[in-house]
Amino acid sequence: MSSGLPGPAPTERPTPEGRRNKQGIRIDPEVEAEPATRRAVISVLVEHEPGVLSKVSGLFSRRQFNIESLTVGPTENDSRARITVVTEESDPGIDQIEKQLRKQIPVISVKELPENAINRELALVKVEAENPDQVAAVAEMYDANTVDACPETVTVEITGSRQKIAAAVETFERFGVHEVTRTGTAALARGSESTTDDTTPQSTNQ
Amino acid sequence: MSERASTAPTDGATGEATPAEDEEPPRPRTGATSVVEALENAGVEYCFGVQGGAIMPVYDALYDSQAVRHVTMAHEQGAAHAADAYGIVSGEPGVCMATSGPGATNLVTGIADASMDSDPVVALTGQVPTEFVGNDAFQETDTTGVTAPITKTNYFASGADTVGDDVSEAFGLAAAGRPGPTLVDLPKDVTQDETDHEPGPPTTPDTYQVTERADPSAVREAADTIEAANKPLLLVGGGVIKGDASEEVRQFANTYDVPVTTTMPAVGAFPEDHELALEMAGMHGTGYANMAITHTDCLVAVGCRFDDRLTGGIETFAPDAEVVHVDIDPAEISKNVKADYPLVGDAATVVTQLDEAMRATPETKKWRATCQQWKSEYPMDYATPDDEPLKPQFVVEAFDEATEDDAIVTTGVGQHQMWAVQYWQYTEPRTWVSSHGLGTMGYGLPAAIGAKVAAPDTQVVSFEGDGSFLMTMQELSVAVRENLDITVVVLNNEHIGMVRQWQDAFYDRRRMASEYHWCPDFATLAEGFGAKGITVAEYDEVADAITEALEYDGPAVLDCYIDPEENVYPMVPSGGDNGQFALEEGHL
Repeated sequence: MSSGLPGPAPTERPTPEGRRNKQGIRIDPEVEAEPATRRAVISVLVEHEPGVLSKVSGLFSRRQFNIESLTVGPTENDSRARITVVTEESDPGIDQIEKQLRKQIPVISVKELPENAINRELALVKVEAENPDQVAAVAEMYDANTVDACPETVTVEITGSRQKIAAAVETFERFGVHEVTRTGTAALARGSESTTDDTTPQSTNQ
Repeated sequence: MSERASTAPTDGATGEATPAEDEEPPRPRTGATSVVEALENAGVEYCFGVQGGAIMPVYDALYDSQAVRHVTMAHEQGAAHAADAYGIVSGEPGVCMATSGPGATNLVTGIADASMDSDPVVALTGQVPTEFVGNDAFQETDTTGVTAPITKTNYFASGADTVGDDVSEAFGLAAAGRPGPTLVDLPKDVTQDETDHEPGPPTTPDTYQVTERADPSAVREAADTIEAANKPLLLVGGGVIKGDASEEVRQFANTYDVPVTTTMPAVGAFPEDHELALEMAGMHGTGYANMAITHTDCLVAVGCRFDDRLTGGIETFAPDAEVVHVDIDPAEISKNVKADYPLVGDAATVVTQLDEAMRATPETKKWRATCQQWKSEYPMDYATPDDEPLKPQFVVEAFDEATEDDAIVTTGVGQHQMWAVQYWQYTEPRTWVSSHGLGTMGYGLPAAIGAKVAAPDTQVVSFEGDGSFLMTMQELSVAVRENLDITVVVLNNEHIGMVRQWQDAFYDRRRMASEYHWCPDFATLAEGFGAKGITVAEYDEVADAITEALEYDGPAVLDCYIDPEENVYPMVPSGGDNGQFALEEGHL
């Protein structure tokens, strides 16, 4: 029989006063709640090579990071692509996302964009064409273009912020919406500010 | 290790002897030639692998290499573990090779193991010819897809002209910064096509940079905090061994009288017979280490990732401590435990920086006395009653006594692993070789092969459980073929012992699928493989059996029938409070 080891039992030992929360941060156990989440737009510059998108998107699923949208496309430089990720996480979570992204070898730069960055999405909405004039009026209201029409349906293209597109789709629903497709967010920093992080170049790349 | 001269067919049975005057026509330079040149440029002396269809061109090129010797393993998992252990012991990337499909997927466990433990490994896998990729061809697997989450990075070789450089970069990245496994997938046409390209030495991409020195102002703040601490504790992680920082850590602890505990991968980084040593902390760490980590007011963690087996429940981990965290990987900072003083950099460099920044020695006399008191309150003791079967702790201690101080220990995973870490006194880095993060049963024997190849003049002892040994024991054939003088100690309790211990504690002793009821006779099996086989069951047989096993010139298997009811203590249950470690089942 296993008899165990000598020594004072757990109940006879001194115990410390402190606590940490689930993020490993020392807290006052009476006060601290879970950290609030927020929406963050992260721009990731990567080598334009096969497999990069799966490495980046796989990271989000295997580390259980919440991801709202992810868009990818070429840039001014043929050998690079830019991925824009929108996520809803706590501050420690966003910090961890950025660090894990930087660890990916084909990742060149990771930068969270400020709130005033330019964010655009595109949506195509196929609307019932029973009242084409009213559809056209709503389209004009949202600065949308009609890109296809037939006797049964009208397809409009809307670009803008996430909120604008959501509002437009909701408005079109009064006519009957057949199908919707939306891109994720594409974003650039405003003014002369760079979307690429050039202040701490790869010093943190691991 | 197959030597070219001895493996070339020269007798009538396998082919015509080549007359010396008949020069062979020069063989074409292919992508495979380039791969082997990249291995040679990286200084590779040994690689571990298994042949197969899609990797044949690389093996064919290896036939001509004078520098790189190949150890043919029984199973690709064994090749990956052997390469991993070779990397741990030598500090240079270990190399494993396999063919496409099942060869590559058999490597996966070993690659994942290397990834979790940050061990430098380069894996080369064959792949079906490029034109068949995506067609579900024979032995096709999406190897780069499968291994993406468990490698630092991987490469799908796209042409004969670039494949050598892919391999050189795989070597550079496996060893750079925080080490880890890399993989190059080699379609057969890429390795067969001719090329003039000669690959360069190991390299890393321009965009990959490692911070060696921590920010001096952060170092200043951390040093101030350590100076002012009353109960400082050094927590030494595996990064101290990878970063060859053991000397710097020892000097720091000695200079400033700071007690030291280690994580499991760091066992050996700080001498366990040192007055300041508290040995390993965590789930099966010592009581005194877990008391110290619970009560410290300043935890100086170097090269560790705060794994859950170390921290237990995060809420109660070092709850009063300001945390100084030194790590070369910024993503480890504040991942699990908030670092109050993050110091990103190389372990040896940053510990030296800290040493230089220290202006006073913290007053630790009382704290050290408390730690000493915990050492006497919670000794790692065990009894050896005559009416009970052999205790595994006794076997481990007897082996430690009988072997040299620099002997290397490898283990599988389970109870035997914990006894091997608890009851063997480690004093040097790179003498403890185990599967920590992934917890891979069966790691011990192939790791012993890799360790012995890396350190042929050092004694290598592999502790295994009966369950663990059954998972990879076919590699005994390799140890015999290569005449590797290793000793395998099976701590045989005819159970998956750790699971049995948990079932007893947490599942009302319902021992589902953990009892073997019957185990093969490992000594006879060993003899069948051509190794030495010895069985012991009594205390008075142990000393002679150890002598016989160690003196045998070649692999020996010592099957020890131990107490099947023996449990591993101390124990912090999963997610529990380190300070509330159990010393017996009644505490759980």
